[in-house]
Amino acid sequence: MNFLQSLKMALSSIFSNKGRSFLTMLGVIIGVAAVIAATGFAEGSTASITESIEALGSNQLTVSITGRNSNRDVDYEDFREFTDEYPDLISKMAPTVSGSSTIKYGTNSSDSVSVVGTSPDYADIQDMHVQNGRYILELDMEYRQKIAVIGTAVVGELFDGADPVGETIKIDGTPFIVVGVLEEKDGGQDGGEDDTIIIPVTTAQRVYKSSTIRTFTVLVNDSERVDEAQETIEAFLTDVYQSEDAFRVFNSAMILDTLSDVTQTLAIILGGIAIISLVVGGIGIMNIMLVSVTERTREIGIRKAIGARKSSIMIQFIIEALVLTGLGGILGILIGIGAIYTIISNFVPPVVAPTWALMSFLFSLFIGLVFGIFPAYKAANLNPIEALRYE
Amino acid sequence: MKSLVEITNMIKTYVMGSNVVRALDGIDISINSGEFVSIVGPSGSGKSTLMNMIGCLDVPDSGLYMLDGVDVSALKDKNLAGIRSEKIGFVFQGFNLLQKFTALENVELPLIYRGFTHRKRKQMAIEALDRVGLADRMHHKPTELSGGQQQRVAVARALAGDPPVLLADEPTGNLDTHTGAEILDMLDTIHSQGNTIILITHDNMLAHQAKRKIEIRDGIITNDEEVRK
Repeated sequence: MNFLQSLKMALSSIFSNKGRSFLTMLGVIIGVAAVIAATGFAEGSTASITESIEALGSNQLTVSITGRNSNRDVDYEDFREFTDEYPDLISKMAPTVSGSSTIKYGTNSSDSVSVVGTSPDYADIQDMHVQNGRYILELDMEYRQKIAVIGTAVVGELFDGADPVGETIKIDGTPFIVVGVLEEKDGGQDGGEDDTIIIPVTTAQRVYKSSTIRTFTVLVNDSERVDEAQETIEAFLTDVYQSEDAFRVFNSAMILDTLSDVTQTLAIILGGIAIISLVVGGIGIMNIMLVSVTERTREIGIRKAIGARKSSIMIQFIIEALVLTGLGGILGILIGIGAIYTIISNFVPPVVAPTWALMSFLFSLFIGLVFGIFPAYKAANLNPIEALRYE
Repeated sequence: MKSLVEITNMIKTYVMGSNVVRALDGIDISINSGEFVSIVGPSGSGKSTLMNMIGCLDVPDSGLYMLDGVDVSALKDKNLAGIRSEKIGFVFQGFNLLQKFTALENVELPLIYRGFTHRKRKQMAIEALDRVGLADRMHHKPTELSGGQQQRVAVARALAGDPPVLLADEPTGNLDTHTGAEILDMLDTIHSQGNTIILITHDNMLAHQAKRKIEIRDGIITNDEEVRK
């Protein structure tokens, strides 16, 4: 008896009892769908994080200062002087002091708006453009001007369509003059990139009572020289803090490395869940198949009496298990993909991981093989005389 | 004539609780190719055990069984399936058709296990159904057929692979007298076309429909005679 014939027999027996077959497959369907949806979510979030990191550009360095017990701190002027020494290596430099504040204009107010204190270079590093008015200038930094450049979401919330340039807003009670409006970046949604106010870093230090600047972003002229720039910055900061532990300099490659570590861990956890849920599904299949062997004792007896070998019966039942888990796997993949595009796409960009789909399909087949063998063995070894007598 | 079934001193015992039952207690039978033999005996006589032995569903404790020149008594279970597939056609009292398959598919089933190609076995199955006069019902399922028709499908299934022995176990037991007689007539016709038929029954009247009657009682052959010309 050839394979195709066994497959046909298995299919006809599966389709002659659709309801039960579906219930049998359910464990595998849910297991595989969960794996596909979960990995889709993981890959989707990885993709969107990777995208935003790559948008930073490969020639960007982030300096994070953590040192506390030093007599000397690096403020904007110090770092500016340092970078000005290497004009051919470092092209842009922006400090950031961030906070979240309540903004008021007249009687309108908006809570938890992200306020970023920074320098003129920040516009270039972040690819920001002013659509109306002006950005902050070096002069504002020097004189600690209370001026602000605001995002479109802030405009929408506070100004009711009026022109904000020249108006006075209050950031946590301190009056600031609006000098410019940024171009829209992500559709002006609340809490998004447009719900931002940019002020001079020197002013921000006062408003947020932050004597030190913890973060600097540096743009390196040539992406080939990122390592050189990183070493130069590290040397400078080591000299200032007399310690290599007082700061960290990140480049986007490092961040991506860290991210891929996280993704890998996530994949291992998901893989574990996949294996457990599919094993549970496999036990369900074995249960139903054992019942089915008992129910079909007479059929097995007839088949054996008219010449079916043990191996033919065994293959028939194993193929039935394989077809059940295989179909379950395919249905699970389809349902998983459906979940990615309907539910998960609300949170992260929809990504279907083909390797995960293939792996979970193959694993469900493997489960079918493992859990099909025992019922198949039981069927194959039925005594034909007793099986024929079975009512 | 060539001896098709040659059984010498066959013994089979079963343990039932503390009793040892000698179901077959030294049986000698020789059946030639082309014969129509009935094996008759009351229940408990050992005729079912003998049928299982002839049909290669079971192996004896001792004794020799040559079937179509093959020493079956020495074979293992795996090879017995092959012998059943090639040498024996079973007709059961309860028809034993697969309910989910059509008549044609049921008749094809033993041919699948014999390894015939799709085209070949379809042709053979249709021929067999034609021999029992059911070619026009081949796409019906057993539930759509009468008892007599179902038994004719079963006979077609037994005939399809053209096995040397047709083994019929109470083939009329589940049928009314009239339909039973029709089935026996059909077996008689098939016999006249050259097939060897062994009919197992408890009914002495039925046993006389064969050409030769073997009586069995308590595992021993008590009578072996020609009953019909």
